[in-house]
Amino acid sequence: MDIPYTVEVRRDTGLTNGKIGIWLFLASEVMLFGALFASYILIRVGSASWPRGDTFLDVPLATLNTIVLIASSVTMVMAWASLMRNRFGTFRLYMGGTILLGLVFLVVKYFEYSHHLHAGELPRTHNFLAIYFTLTGLHGLHVFGGMVVNAYFWGPGAKLWKTNPVWFTNRVEHSGLFWHFVDLVWIFLFPTLYLL
Amino acid sequence: MTSDHAATSMTSDHAVDIDKHVRVYITVFVALMALTIVTVAVSRYHLPVPIAVTVALIVASIKGSLVACYFMHLISEKKLIYAVLALTVVFFIALMALPVLTVHDGFWIR
Repeated sequence: MDIPYTVEVRRDTGLTNGKIGIWLFLASEVMLFGALFASYILIRVGSASWPRGDTFLDVPLATLNTIVLIASSVTMVMAWASLMRNRFGTFRLYMGGTILLGLVFLVVKYFEYSHHLHAGELPRTHNFLAIYFTLTGLHGLHVFGGMVVNAYFWGPGAKLWKTNPVWFTNRVEHSGLFWHFVDLVWIFLFPTLYLL
Repeated sequence: MTSDHAATSMTSDHAVDIDKHVRVYITVFVALMALTIVTVAVSRYHLPVPIAVTVALIVASIKGSLVACYFMHLISEKKLIYAVLALTVVFFIALMALPVLTVHDGFWIR
């Protein structure tokens, strides 16, 4: 049986089911990260002293990662726009760029983490480091998850473009919504952890 | 404009529409870069914590709004999505307010 409302919109909602599904998922993600942000506030406010992020963390590297992630959001939305213009080749370029930028983000994060681990700055060392590793670790997992889905649409999943281009375009839009959400979370994580 | 809106055809009018969107995406990208520089530059002044937090959150909120409105197309979305997000915002605010209850050694929850 075919999945209903993947291409045509429902008359009652004006949306495809996939669009509603991804937004409901993102709403749950807001609560997940929200709970951790609330924990951060609780720990910070309850602490007698709190270090500025730049005493532990590398701000230039994190700034680079912010630029990389914002750039990846642009390539992601351009990948979708390319499909809307019927330019599959351009879609592949932009989607490939998005995946590569995601990889750059994770590699930079790896260097940051390895520096901390070699310096003995572990989650158990300080509450700041505990919440830093928790928040950035969860965020990094989201980047990785987004990359896996994007790689699927860049590779084997792209076969759908030949048989049902509108469905494929909708799928790319939905994975893009997730990717932009991951970017949005980092936009708040960066000043919260590194600059304050 | 979302792909849902253009589910059935990709006409030349539609292509022109997407071209406009692409120009907006590039403008938003430049704005996001500029705001990132502002965020880092302000942090170098070592402002008092309450002011630094306020400035950082205002700039981050502007950046977040740009991403949500233009990259995630929330500026032209359907009512049901807005309803889902409104409910999310209510619960998110409640979640952020929870730590406030612990102020003054939990005076508000005794």
